[in-house]
Amino acid sequence: MEKMVNVYFFGKKYQVPESLTIMKGLEYAGYQLVRGCGCRNGFCGACAVIYRIQGDRELKTCLACQTKVEEGMFVATLPFFPLVKQVYDMEKIKPTEMIMMQLYPEIYACIGCNACTKNCTQGLNVMQYIAYAQRGDFTRCAEESFDCVMCGVCSTRCPAGISHPQVALLARRTYGKYIAPICEHLNKRVDEINNGEITKLLEDVMNKPIEELKELYNHREIEK
Amino acid sequence: MYQYSEEQLLSMKKVEESRSERLKNLFPRMTAEEKQAVLKENHPDYIESAYETLKIGPNKGEKVLHELADLLQGKSRVFGLDINLENPDYDVDVLVIGGGGAGASAAITAHANGAKVMMVTKLRIGDANTMMAEGGIQAADKENDSPAIHYLDAFGGGHFAAKKELLYKLVNEAPDAIKWLSDLGVMFDKDKDGNMITTHGGGTSRKRMHACKDYSGAEIMRTLRDEVLNRQIPVVDFTSAIEIIKDENGKCAGAVLMNMETKDILVVRAKAVVIATGGAGRLHYQEFPTSNHYGATADGLVLAYRAGAKLLYADTLQYHPTGAAEPTQIFGALVTEKVRSLGAQLVNKNGEAFVYSLETRDVTASTIIRECKKRNNGIKTTDGVGVWLDTPMIDIIGGEGTIEKRIPAMMRMFGKYGIDIRKEPILIYPTLHYQNGGIDISDNGESDVENLFVAGEAVGGIHGRNRLMGNSLLDIIVFGRNAGKFASLKVKDMDTPKGLTLKHVDDFEKTREQAGIKSEILSPKLLPNYTKQKSI
Repeated sequence: MEKMVNVYFFGKKYQVPESLTIMKGLEYAGYQLVRGCGCRNGFCGACAVIYRIQGDRELKTCLACQTKVEEGMFVATLPFFPLVKQVYDMEKIKPTEMIMMQLYPEIYACIGCNACTKNCTQGLNVMQYIAYAQRGDFTRCAEESFDCVMCGVCSTRCPAGISHPQVALLARRTYGKYIAPICEHLNKRVDEINNGEITKLLEDVMNKPIEELKELYNHREIEK
Repeated sequence: MYQYSEEQLLSMKKVEESRSERLKNLFPRMTAEEKQAVLKENHPDYIESAYETLKIGPNKGEKVLHELADLLQGKSRVFGLDINLENPDYDVDVLVIGGGGAGASAAITAHANGAKVMMVTKLRIGDANTMMAEGGIQAADKENDSPAIHYLDAFGGGHFAAKKELLYKLVNEAPDAIKWLSDLGVMFDKDKDGNMITTHGGGTSRKRMHACKDYSGAEIMRTLRDEVLNRQIPVVDFTSAIEIIKDENGKCAGAVLMNMETKDILVVRAKAVVIATGGAGRLHYQEFPTSNHYGATADGLVLAYRAGAKLLYADTLQYHPTGAAEPTQIFGALVTEKVRSLGAQLVNKNGEAFVYSLETRDVTASTIIRECKKRNNGIKTTDGVGVWLDTPMIDIIGGEGTIEKRIPAMMRMFGKYGIDIRKEPILIYPTLHYQNGGIDISDNGESDVENLFVAGEAVGGIHGRNRLMGNSLLDIIVFGRNAGKFASLKVKDMDTPKGLTLKHVDDFEKTREQAGIKSEILSPKLLPNYTKQKSI
């Protein structure tokens, strides 16, 4: 028989196998999840939870699908948090710090408590990427925040009311669109297709009899 | 440190010992005949007892897996509900059902064309397989490549079964799809001159896999979601579509919705509907674990089937070769193919390679199943059996830091359980990953039911009977935009649909009775039920 642990979901005690994640523990206890469950693999940020281990003073945060249950764990789910998402037109914004000031001025109220970083479920240096955003350094902000799953835990702990994931997303989109070097081979190929220059080649292949295509496929040259 | 079993540790040692030899001598590629043989003898698609013949509906007489047959021939959820079709809660041009990459692309495109659009999703926008696609997206945009070569790779990889006009569209519009995403701000991996950093995927003959580290789908999805929100397209979340509504002429004219929490019923009248509901991994066909997100339950196939749309290749599924086999907490989770693209080999319990690393997915999965089930060369795991994926080879081949830079999500996923994939190999086994088949469409994205469009994994025929890595992220963008474009064009001069009806649902129920189907299973399924269970 597998070892069981005592966990408290929303304050109520359940016994679940110790090998389970918090998410599977909730289900094992009998919860049919609707909110607070998405990809179940740590990519979507749907399943943030807050917990405290009995006898411990610290409140911790994590993704329920990525964290194992522990003895004496008190868990509450955070399936939604009212982040601020400003609306903007990507075609009109410019990659300067002005845009951050206009859309997310609260980032300049950061008091440097570092609670965002301490609580990041992805282990990112959140306060650092906010500092980059303050300076209008979109490139560094984009890099530093790239692995963000937008679970929103950082924002729940922020005394300045910053919506960190949304700030980072603005920085990444701005970087991707305006700062990253332009890809010339891509633009060239799109033009070739639009001009119909290489369409005939494709149509030729498409209209070949299956037997001939099989021959071509089985003997095609493969790039090293 | 992760607690491996003694047997696992002994086997891991053999993997380490054979590594330098395996680095020098690559396992040879299979011939066409060898591939056919290994598929026939080992691939789950060939297990006849897992299938049954459909008794009713547009694909009557064809075979599908039991779990899908139960839902396609299931009972509608609308019976006994008080539904007022005359006073719809929403009145729009284009209704998009599904909040993944295909749905978002369709909504953005239709909106840009001036249509009044709304999205409905049973979870949140972005809770979708798109978010979890790690490896990349294909497009023939380099000098040594062309859409014609891309076509041949995909057509052959799909066993020459793809619908030609759909595959044509997929490869021909691929570069433009990448450009569209790039212009929306997606951060593709590029070198300092702006050239895309591309790799091989299983079955590709050119390095055309574009990526955003191993968060490719997540990066695309969060950008598309942000664009939907910037355009202020209404997104009704935690609300599922439970039935298609038709007009007096039998054309699609909207949908019945259900709030997932309060169970309230809502009616949408729409001139066109786009089904972008994704795949079916959460049906756990043949008891496989799955890499899919929580809502992947084939809902769109059920809605379309009951409305009279034909399915294509609904019998074929993709079992991704490398799902996590250990630790048990992430059993079935995807280990991206990019791990093999970057050089990791598959190795059995004796430390021997048994397949070329980048055969197509169906072939690779079949060789793993053969290695474990027929040749007894698998390693026992908590939930079953598996083989090694020798990840430390990546840093040896690509230089120290390659893993950290190119597949950070994988490093993090295993790192949480004390496994450093830079230093030790990982255990994997095939996992249910993708629905190769789906709803049959013409190249404008429309199904057999007029004004009912389909995009993304819910479509059948784009990839034939097997899909290559990186062609799914591509198809959700190409066919999402395609459905959005043609749906918005079609509704332009269309009058508001009249005589809204669910008669086709009543008719379907009668057909069920006539065929002697007594099952009370409700469909669409909406969500899996894992309560009181330990595994999966």
